[in-house]
Amino acid sequence: MNGSGPRLGRNRLWVWLFLTPTIVLYGVYTIYPVVASYWYSFVEWNGFDAAKTWVGLANYRAVVADPLFWNSFKITVLFMVAVVPVKVLLTLLLALVLNSPKLPLRTLFRTAFFLPVVTTTAIVGVVMQFVFDPASGPVNVVLRKLGVVADGINFLGDPKAALWTVVGVYIWKWFGVTLIYWLAALQTVPDEVYEAAAIDGAGPWGLLRHVTLPLLKPFAVIITLLTLESTLKIFDLMLTMTNGGPFYATEVVEIYIYRWAFAATVPQLGFASAAAVVFGLFVGLIGVLQLLGIRAARKARSER
Amino acid sequence: MTDVLIGRTRGNRWSPGRILRRLPWWGAAVVIGIGGLLWIYPFLWMLGASLKDPLEVFTSGLSLLPKHAEWGNYSRAWGDAGFGKYLVNTVIVTVTTVVLVVLRCAMSGYVLARHQFFGRKIVMGILIATLFVPTGYTIIPVVEVSQRLGLLNSLTGMVLALSGGAHVASVLLYLGYFRQLPRELEESAVIDGAGFLSIFGRIMLPLANPVTATVTLLTFLGTWNAFFLPLVFTFSRPDLRTLSVGMLAFVGENSTDWSGMAAAASISLLPVVVLFVVLQRYFVEGIAGAIKS
Repeated sequence: MNGSGPRLGRNRLWVWLFLTPTIVLYGVYTIYPVVASYWYSFVEWNGFDAAKTWVGLANYRAVVADPLFWNSFKITVLFMVAVVPVKVLLTLLLALVLNSPKLPLRTLFRTAFFLPVVTTTAIVGVVMQFVFDPASGPVNVVLRKLGVVADGINFLGDPKAALWTVVGVYIWKWFGVTLIYWLAALQTVPDEVYEAAAIDGAGPWGLLRHVTLPLLKPFAVIITLLTLESTLKIFDLMLTMTNGGPFYATEVVEIYIYRWAFAATVPQLGFASAAAVVFGLFVGLIGVLQLLGIRAARKARSER
Repeated sequence: MTDVLIGRTRGNRWSPGRILRRLPWWGAAVVIGIGGLLWIYPFLWMLGASLKDPLEVFTSGLSLLPKHAEWGNYSRAWGDAGFGKYLVNTVIVTVTTVVLVVLRCAMSGYVLARHQFFGRKIVMGILIATLFVPTGYTIIPVVEVSQRLGLLNSLTGMVLALSGGAHVASVLLYLGYFRQLPRELEESAVIDGAGFLSIFGRIMLPLANPVTATVTLLTFLGTWNAFFLPLVFTFSRPDLRTLSVGMLAFVGENSTDWSGMAAAASISLLPVVVLFVVLQRYFVEGIAGAIKS
């Protein structure tokens, strides 16, 4: 668009007019909140109608001194560490099998494994409360019938079991996304590569080890990072399955913030904001890691 | 007789060698099939429970089929528990959010891709910098600003908040698509006397239909399934709850009504599941797009 004088001026008006909805909505609901969280983290503020009083770093000191904050931080990281390798590796295995044109019914299988992804997380969380019910839930009925346990496991009521139950449900729920990532990555390997390797006498294992897996390496970085980042968003599932309990055993940072801001009798919005800022820095760090990883992976791909 | 004929014409489709070679794959298919069945078992259990007698759910254990279909669960969930109203709320919120998001993302993606202007780099930088901001991080200021604007406890406020946050990926999808279109498109349109608005509305937006399909689907999914924002926006207005929030409230109040719970969950999940089965190719492509780019 290299129009002269007035034309350019009119275009510039249109350009900004087109950007206005995004700037306004994004400004109010994303930029402002990010900036405001910092300001709120320095005030004492007990409820959305209450006045704010400047307290300096007191909220940060209180957050850092609260063992339950570090507990929630630890659980968030533990959740991540438990989910990511299992999910990334299992989906890769299944994708390798599903990618073969020789497998019958592969589209149907893909549909089945992807189905939980489209369902509402909060509703799945509620249904899972019943599925894992210690007395009449179907999982415990099976376990008792098989004679594995005598009285049924209190999957969500036992502090030792609750987190692992949610980890299992989370992997089940979001398995399909990572599976599709791997299948898309496998699609980028051109058939000629396989044909050439087969002519050179490579068997199926040789193909996998020396052709497929090395070609998937850059994707492995991106897929791991995307999976890592998505495990931070577990509020819906956690709140509906365990509500952070029992005894804070599944209280991730998002639930911790929610508890202080919305579920407490006297909301501590400044304190919750300080926790959110600390958590935000952590998320930002992962985001930077992700951008660096993607850049490195792109470079590796273009050099190939 | 016919088998033999087909076998011959198709080049030994059922020859012993071929069957032997295929056998491992059928074995794998059976194993994966059992896994797939277990995978969707919770949904089958839920559907079965939604038609069972309220007492039957507790005693029937694993059996999926009810003794007789108890449709009363559905009318209880739909009417008494308010899921009819929640469904309407969810549809209103989802449809308006999708329209808003598609329009605003297409418009901003278009100008960022095809126009040079002062401030372009700043806008891009801010968008990318906030790519990963999670809801938990912004929720307090979002509620505060909504309250100050008088938008808390209203569906309008919920829609605005849902369409205002995130969606950077959608802008980038449009941007990437518009950028690779040839320059001649606009040049010839300008010669034909088309203005800014008609170039966008008549030429660019229709060309971007594949992106619009993806963005529509992903936004639909995200909004229909949204929970955190609808939850905090309806604390004092139960009549504005969406399905996901209504579900949590329902089990909070009726923790022993398992068949009612299952019916309510079925009402909530059926629309997305049907949509997914019909349009699954687009769903899969939309998700796969994240990795290809």
